[in-house]
Amino acid sequence: MTTETLSHHDAHDHHDAGGIKVFGFWVYLMSDLVIFGSLFATYAVLMKGTAGGPTGADIFELPFILVETFLLLFSSFTYGMAVLAMNAGRIGQIKAWLGITFLLGAAFVGMEIYEFQHLIHEGFGPDRSAFLSAFFTLVGTHGLHVTFGLIWILVMLVQLHTKGLNDVTRPRILCLSLFWHFLDIVWICVFSFVYLMGVL
Amino acid sequence: MFGKLSLEAIPYHEPILVAVGIAVIIGGLALFGALTYFRKWNWLWSEWFTSVDHKKLGIMYFIVALVMLLRGFADAIMMRTQLAMASAGSAGYLPPEHYDQIFTAHGVIMIFFVAMPMVIGLMNLVVPLQIGARDVAFPFLNNLSFWLFAAGAILVNISLFVGEFAKTGWLAYAPLSGIEYSPGVGVDYWIWALQISGIGTTLTGINFFVTILKMRTKGMTLFRMPIFTWTSLCANVLIIASFPILTATIALLTLDRYLGMHFFTNDFGGNVMMYVNLIWAWGHPEVYILILPAFGVFSEVIATFARKRLFGYNTMVWATVCITLLSFIVWLHHFFTMGAGANVNAFFGIMTMIIAIPTGVKVFNWLFTMYRGSLEFSSPVLWTLGFIITFTLGGMTGVMLAVPAANFVLHNSLFVIAHFHNVIIGGVLFGMMAGLTYWFPKAFGFKLDEKWGKRSFWCWLVGFYVAFMPLYVLSFFGAVRRMQSYDNPEWQPWMLLAWVGAVIIMLGIICTVIQFWVSIRDRRKYADVTGDPWDGRTLEWATSSPAPFYNFAHLPQVDSVDCFWAQKQQGIQAVSKGPYQDIHMPKNTAAGPIISLFALILGFALIWHIWWLAIVGAAGTFVSFLARIFNDDVDYYVSAAEVERIEREHQQRLKLREQQPEDESVPNTRFGMQV
Amino acid sequence: MRRNSCLRVLGILLWLSLPLLLGGCSSALLDPKGEIGVEQRTLILTAFGLMQIVVIPVIVMTLLFAWRYRRGNKEAAYHPEWAHSNRIEAVVWLIPCVIIAFLAALTWYTSHSLDPHKPLADEEGEALEIQAVSLDWKWLFIYPEQGIATVNELAFPVDVPVHFRVSSGSVMNAFFIPDLGSQIYAMAGMDNDVHLIANEEGTYPGRSTNYSGAGFSGMTFEAHATSQQEFDAWVEQVRQAPETLTFPEEYDALAQPSEDHPVEYFSQVSPGLYESIIKSFHTGSGHDDMHGGHGEMLMSAEAAE
Repeated sequence: MTTETLSHHDAHDHHDAGGIKVFGFWVYLMSDLVIFGSLFATYAVLMKGTAGGPTGADIFELPFILVETFLLLFSSFTYGMAVLAMNAGRIGQIKAWLGITFLLGAAFVGMEIYEFQHLIHEGFGPDRSAFLSAFFTLVGTHGLHVTFGLIWILVMLVQLHTKGLNDVTRPRILCLSLFWHFLDIVWICVFSFVYLMGVL
Repeated sequence: MFGKLSLEAIPYHEPILVAVGIAVIIGGLALFGALTYFRKWNWLWSEWFTSVDHKKLGIMYFIVALVMLLRGFADAIMMRTQLAMASAGSAGYLPPEHYDQIFTAHGVIMIFFVAMPMVIGLMNLVVPLQIGARDVAFPFLNNLSFWLFAAGAILVNISLFVGEFAKTGWLAYAPLSGIEYSPGVGVDYWIWALQISGIGTTLTGINFFVTILKMRTKGMTLFRMPIFTWTSLCANVLIIASFPILTATIALLTLDRYLGMHFFTNDFGGNVMMYVNLIWAWGHPEVYILILPAFGVFSEVIATFARKRLFGYNTMVWATVCITLLSFIVWLHHFFTMGAGANVNAFFGIMTMIIAIPTGVKVFNWLFTMYRGSLEFSSPVLWTLGFIITFTLGGMTGVMLAVPAANFVLHNSLFVIAHFHNVIIGGVLFGMMAGLTYWFPKAFGFKLDEKWGKRSFWCWLVGFYVAFMPLYVLSFFGAVRRMQSYDNPEWQPWMLLAWVGAVIIMLGIICTVIQFWVSIRDRRKYADVTGDPWDGRTLEWATSSPAPFYNFAHLPQVDSVDCFWAQKQQGIQAVSKGPYQDIHMPKNTAAGPIISLFALILGFALIWHIWWLAIVGAAGTFVSFLARIFNDDVDYYVSAAEVERIEREHQQRLKLREQQPEDESVPNTRFGMQV
Repeated sequence: MRRNSCLRVLGILLWLSLPLLLGGCSSALLDPKGEIGVEQRTLILTAFGLMQIVVIPVIVMTLLFAWRYRRGNKEAAYHPEWAHSNRIEAVVWLIPCVIIAFLAALTWYTSHSLDPHKPLADEEGEALEIQAVSLDWKWLFIYPEQGIATVNELAFPVDVPVHFRVSSGSVMNAFFIPDLGSQIYAMAGMDNDVHLIANEEGTYPGRSTNYSGAGFSGMTFEAHATSQQEFDAWVEQVRQAPETLTFPEEYDALAQPSEDHPVEYFSQVSPGLYESIIKSFHTGSGHDDMHGGHGEMLMSAEAAE
């Protein structure tokens, strides 16, 4: 071990701070994935626990969900465009794409709330059976994540406005991008595993 | 207005609790008064509570852990006293109403609020130093983790005086923990205490995982990392992969209790077995989160005090990795008696036994580290020797429990209690005591008194055997865990013996308290001026004691395992030389304590169904987090001149010590803080 | 001082092993009264013995190495850089592997031979069926063939295999008679089972081993293993009892929480009482396939992981 005395102006620099943040966020997403994994497992176990209530086939409306799915998929695309704009350094474009992503995400959450509200109204709330508990919780947890993503987009819009693009906002936009695509992937699992398999 | 909370919730008719409450209030007032009188509030807030310095956070984790140890131990001795009395028709002095809360609280406190913070505290103190880093990857998150953990600990303690704690056992098995069978607030305290502190733990896991992977100094490849860092890395992988399961499981139980859902209810398609599976899918990795870092401590201690390289470094690493992976596929051994098929039981039994192989190899490696070494019988070494013997016995009884057909008669009996105290006291606690003694000088700049340390060790060792061997015996007579009383008078002598053991352990704890007292009093005598009091091998000993807040004036460069030791052998001094550079450091922040305070309010409000307060708590948490996000003023540069001043001061002291080695009036930095 | 320390450790260990040896004489697990328990005792002692191959050398080596290589000992070798030996590594991996391989084989074999679900009788009908239901906080035992039920008292003839079907009317418990062997969880809405046999006459204490709330400590019962005649007489005695147990009214009254419940006899029970109790947790679910299928239910929980 030799103590280093090279002309190393900022010793902190050799650890790339932004990169570490994105990596750390990625690790967080993996732990979040474990939560979703637990919820999927729970759903798989309780899928048949309908307690005389409705089954998936009775309550899922596939066309409606398909629209939701496309909204979210498309929002992933628009977020991708925002990141491309960031790489090009065009703040105006980033804001525009983030705004579109927000609208798509908000529409997705709105449709989900409508679906939930409709089910509860028909007497098929999460307290009706274990199956419905697991369904509401799994889908609702995803929806809650999307909602947090929406808040985060708003925060980024404000910060882009006040701070512009810098070493603080750049990694945040990248982290949010990871988050948003992650939620997209989780939703594809929800769509195939819960809705498609429930109806088929 | 106050939800379920009313004056009835204050247990003013319970003499024991009233006495404890008065003592706590008097103690609290005394502390408050002292802090005010000596004008230490500002110091406490700006130097400690808001600190993002991993070393100070490590110290705070340890302080909370030691306080909670006293609480957890008080529970333990109350239980032992009850069982020593409640034989053959006697009801003892604790009705089930209390006894059940006590054993639940004891388990929860000892695992979540004693063992975990000790392990995480040591990681905080040691890991960044061992890898030659200035701090962890996310210093603010580190502070937030601590305060979330502290909020959980505070909730558990509030339950003592406001309402009640869970009466369900430490893992709150459903459906007993469901709203139908536990309508009180006890389980809700359990839920929110664990949920809030559990989120803190997950953040710690992520933080240290990233720190170890990304913040290592030059030349510190993975296979040059000290073993304690390796075991911490594995423990953090386990945290990242398992704590989310706990979070999810507790959330599902919460939904059952608060929104009438049916995950773990008897009826409506719920599945109680799923709860047991989920909680142990977290619970088993959890015990390895505790024991792996303890293994790391023993590895460091034994190599240092035998003045010899650790035997089989690579084997140690791979054994740790094996244990990490295997710990995820053994959870079912906690409930063989649930009635799964023979194939399933046999599979999980065999997987469990396979863990004994890498663990056994580790034990042999410690033995062969002593072999041809030069072992100094310091108190960390005593804890290590005590550990090797005790843990080996505990491992043996663990393998016995892992045989499903034997488990069918041993499960739920006192055998299980004796077994896991055998490994948790003999493993985790001994490890943490060894680690505490070993790294104490690095944290505070002076060593702990050896005499009282050794007394504490002997009391713990003897006390452990006297307290828990009778439980092994009793299990063969059919005594089970969690009984508040028993009919068979033949059990009583054994229970009395176990009580004596608990008293001996209490003497051990008292010895530790005296050890702190004596050591602080004689801190000049015990001062560690060199920063390397044990002739250490790893990087944390290459900087001064206590380490400056920036850890290293120049980040060290490493070219082998035990590089620091090798350099010393070659006569190269670790004293830092100029020129110095500005050092980039994170600023202290009040965000962690404030966010956690709101989280605490949120938890308390949810426990008592005070919805408006819950909204206040949630909004406060959110807004204070947002405020942190909008704050750009989070770091600063320590000027090269300042670094030079601090380093010169340290070198000055070194010189003084060299000139007058026996002089006790060497100036010392103030207790535990760098000015 | 140091020598003293080592001796103390040795002394403690000797002292510790003593009660284990002495305790064997009258303990439930080391002196079992039924075939299952006897096999489990053999298994425990075998596993214990096997592991001594590692445990004893480790303890001896710990004390020996620590003492031999103490700092003050000038006679002992000191090689600060010696940290690797293929031979030692091979041995320390090999020995635990061999022992665990042996134990694993033993585990696989006994997990099947002592599977609680495995009938002891060669033919169906030779075994006596008793249905045990855990309630808050007492045990209800139903004898379906005899049409009787008891609370907190069991009787069965010696040398006759007993098929206990175990369920719960409340939270999770575990049914255990230490003198006879295996315990099994009692869970609401599920039909679990354990096969036991008593080979010696006697009265054996039984209890719930899985904590279930305030009255848990009093959830004990006595199991009388008697001759066939005495058992018949006992059944007759129960049949004389004035109380009956109908489902759901009288059952619901009994299921109300009570602590240290006295022994009770019921001369008559509703037919299919046990099944009715299980089904009562499947209201409106139409899941008749659930009961009688503990295997599938349990597997589903495991598959979830």
